[in-house]
Amino acid sequence: MAKRHPTPIIGVLAVQGDFAEHIRMLETLGVAAREVRLPADLAGVDGLILPGGESTAMRKLLHRWDLVKPIKALAKRGAPILGTCAGAILLATKIADGDEPVLSLLDVEVRRNAFGRQLESFETNLVMEGLGNDGRSRTTHAVFIRAPEIVNVGPSARAVAALEDGRIVAARQGRILGIAFHPEITGETGVHRWLIAEASAALG
Amino acid sequence: MPAPKRAKTSTWATKSGLAQMLKGGVIMDVVNPAEAKIAEEAGAVAVMALERVPSDIRRDGGVARMSDPDMIKGIQAAVSIPVMAKARIGHESEARILEALDVDYIDESEVLTPADDRFHINKHDFKVPFVCGCKDLGEALRRINEGAAMMRTKGEAGTGNIVEAVRHIRTVAEEIAALKGQSEKRLRAAAKEMRVPYELVKLTVKAGRLPVVNFVAGGIATPADAALSMWLGADGVFVGSGIFKAKKPANTAAAIVQATTHWKNASILAEVSAGLGEAMKGIEMRTIPEGERLSKRGW
Repeated sequence: MAKRHPTPIIGVLAVQGDFAEHIRMLETLGVAAREVRLPADLAGVDGLILPGGESTAMRKLLHRWDLVKPIKALAKRGAPILGTCAGAILLATKIADGDEPVLSLLDVEVRRNAFGRQLESFETNLVMEGLGNDGRSRTTHAVFIRAPEIVNVGPSARAVAALEDGRIVAARQGRILGIAFHPEITGETGVHRWLIAEASAALG
Repeated sequence: MPAPKRAKTSTWATKSGLAQMLKGGVIMDVVNPAEAKIAEEAGAVAVMALERVPSDIRRDGGVARMSDPDMIKGIQAAVSIPVMAKARIGHESEARILEALDVDYIDESEVLTPADDRFHINKHDFKVPFVCGCKDLGEALRRINEGAAMMRTKGEAGTGNIVEAVRHIRTVAEEIAALKGQSEKRLRAAAKEMRVPYELVKLTVKAGRLPVVNFVAGGIATPADAALSMWLGADGVFVGSGIFKAKKPANTAAAIVQATTHWKNASILAEVSAGLGEAMKGIEMRTIPEGERLSKRGW
């Protein structure tokens, strides 16, 4: 008989961005989601999503409300963290062209707005390396909006998805996953399922 | 480097998707690169580049048009957040120019003097996404049907008075609520009356909200005004004259950003509202003749 895990609580950073879309995805998957705007909201959270949005605005709000330290502590305790688009920028250890890194939890260098302005936002299919135990790669439909690119993957992280031209758009370091696109607006549930499974596993 | 060759650009998902990324944020009117920097530094999610803020347009009178492309380029160079710009209602050519400038969103705006008294821009024909204003559900759905990927309730721009903004967002919500649970026959009648396809009405009623992101605009001057907008169900706020006509623009801008995030938290609202000095003076609605109300432009 499969061991029954308690259901994890997933926090979604709600200072700005499309956090409601992520919460809807989690609820569709039967998981309790919690909006995170202040450090106290992180208490009892088993996993965290950093949504899409404007990374410059989110960065300021994270610093203003002292969220950087407690999020780092959450990662240190082994909680999985997913960052989409702006969220991936917040996770990176390096940001090209000068900006200071924010959370430094994912050993990659990202470039903001790497494809250009809005007219270069796009949709495409790409292959994402398997995240679950079966390790199977899957084709996923991805929407990129003024998206970042992962220009360098450091020794601690691993690229898990690239565009047809080879540009890297997702990377993973253990339980930290950063992706440049938006499964929350296409309704692709793969990464959310992964996050929930990791959070459940961490719960024991 | 641009999008990959085989990828699809300017799809509905990318157009409406950018607006989704702006949610919970503040879009600020700016008239030069220095103001754009202040807005970005305060935590704005985007800036609206225009030559004069609405309160100055109101004061100066005359015809208000699209901004000088050099000014828009200067602002694009100064900040890394999205840059929006305004075209006159129905002015296809101004919109084509803004598209050529690679702006991130075009606001087909009643704040500028309308160019066409019969037709709004056919927004489906453009690669760049559009945001449009509305006072009620019918106006919102007509704009969405024309291709708008984001809406904003109009309020009364340049007044620093939120009463019209509140009226407009309440009207949209009440009109959607009134259609809930109605028969197909009634919905078809409503669609006919609003001059939009039945499917669009059905989609809206099912979602219980507009089918695109909807911000509040027109008259927001304080952090409390931003919080009220969010409380009424807005996805985010536009602030025009309210920031750079305030005594302390940078502080006011940052405080409005904080209030938009923490709109449910009254003690944070109290904290960020303190010490901002004088807000923009503002205008009482009774003193503006009907013919001079910007929100009456567009239909």
